[in-house]
Amino acid sequence: MLKYTEEHEWLRLEGDIATVGITAHATELLGDVVFVQLPEVGATLAKGDDAAVVESVKAASDVFAPLAGEVVELNQAIVEDPAIVNADPQGAGWFFKLRLQDTKAMEGLLDEAAYKKLTE
Amino acid sequence: MKTTPLHSLHVELGARMTAFAGYEMPLHYPLGVLKEHLHTRTAAGVFDISHMGQVALYPRSGDVVDAALALERLVPSDIVSLEPGRQRYSLFTSENGGILDDIMVANRGDYLLLVVNAACKEADEAHLRAQLGNECDVERLDRTLIALQGPKAEAVLALLAPDCATMRFMDVRTLMVMDVECTVARSGYTGEDGFEISTPADIAREIAEELLANTCVAPIGLGARDSLRLEAGLCLHGSDIDERTTPVEAGLSWAIQKVRRRGARESGFRGAETILGQLEHGAARHRVGLRPEGRAPVRAGAPLFAAEDASVQIGKVTSGGFGPSLNAPIAMGYLPTALAVPGTTVFAELRGKRLPVAVARLPFIEPKYKRG
Repeated sequence: MLKYTEEHEWLRLEGDIATVGITAHATELLGDVVFVQLPEVGATLAKGDDAAVVESVKAASDVFAPLAGEVVELNQAIVEDPAIVNADPQGAGWFFKLRLQDTKAMEGLLDEAAYKKLTE
Repeated sequence: MKTTPLHSLHVELGARMTAFAGYEMPLHYPLGVLKEHLHTRTAAGVFDISHMGQVALYPRSGDVVDAALALERLVPSDIVSLEPGRQRYSLFTSENGGILDDIMVANRGDYLLLVVNAACKEADEAHLRAQLGNECDVERLDRTLIALQGPKAEAVLALLAPDCATMRFMDVRTLMVMDVECTVARSGYTGEDGFEISTPADIAREIAEELLANTCVAPIGLGARDSLRLEAGLCLHGSDIDERTTPVEAGLSWAIQKVRRRGARESGFRGAETILGQLEHGAARHRVGLRPEGRAPVRAGAPLFAAEDASVQIGKVTSGGFGPSLNAPIAMGYLPTALAVPGTTVFAELRGKRLPVAVARLPFIEPKYKRG
């Protein structure tokens, strides 16, 4: 299941683990990403908590936890080479994996059509 | 929102536009800030800087020395000795020694030509009229200003105006470009060799397109203009310098030539007491380069501390971001003079944490001006 947030994040759910990243639209707005700060593995996040920071040549932006859960894995590759976020935002440029407290909460997020409409 | 004569060209080139000093200007083109920056350092870039003000000072007496003497009341630089065909960096100072604007002054033989910042141009023009109106006719020139910057700039412009190759850094000449008289200066705001070309507005687009037709040349937006000038250690008025900073604090004492410090035409400019006093006795703080540890950019406004646990703020970042040519974050800011020494470590507060930053020598990159 692939869902989106109004804050331009995407979540792909497999079992109870959601992989989280920022959308291609977000990277277009941000421009070249030069710095990424990720949360710590084991951190428990409530929906809306500060989860990560992404900085482009233009500005710094916060990435919020799209749903409540525990951080179980990080993508260190984007910390070492932030350009991956621009090159493949919805693939190799993922940010972190979250073990969701409640997978049903995914239903409340935007589907692809709704997100597309939001960004038009 | 005002636009420049190149606005339609920016839109056709796919620029993302932004508001800057009352103008809608290109922030970047599809290439993006990072690649635009690197392209300027390795080849050449074209910048629309038409938002900047171009002001002519015509001496009523007909003698340009009279315009120079009059202007010296408002700036601390030696304008009288500026030779025809040369320009120099200078500053409008305030009565308390602050910087109202930073400017370029060119001696055009029978008049002085000033290039001033977009955000200050109305105030500068009013200042000039009020203070020099008796000796000079002050005229705003309605011309387009195009910068061509980078190691290939000379080769590119020489195809249209071969004589540009004989100019050296800070020369200003009238050159024929596409059969039109243009005022060309060998200067810029990137740390690279290059030219600033003042053209009549109606031919500006044709000239810009001709420059861009060269495969070496890419259009460059304000985003890369900012990172290029930051790497080159050049001040942005309104951020790194303003009415609350003096030329001495800002490390711009080199713009105050000897003759204005001591000698025939010493003092006699606004704020001279404060500024000459600081030159003699030193200023309490100085502008410095800053290299944050790690990869996180430290941006304008970040407070600076002497130690990780210090409670008293000692300075502030005035410009900061990512330096694409250094592939690292860089910044500038002000520190107390005792700490404004390259190699000193201070701490910037970023998202509630203290991050070590090293005081660094400016500029961050080696300038490529053609001085020879």
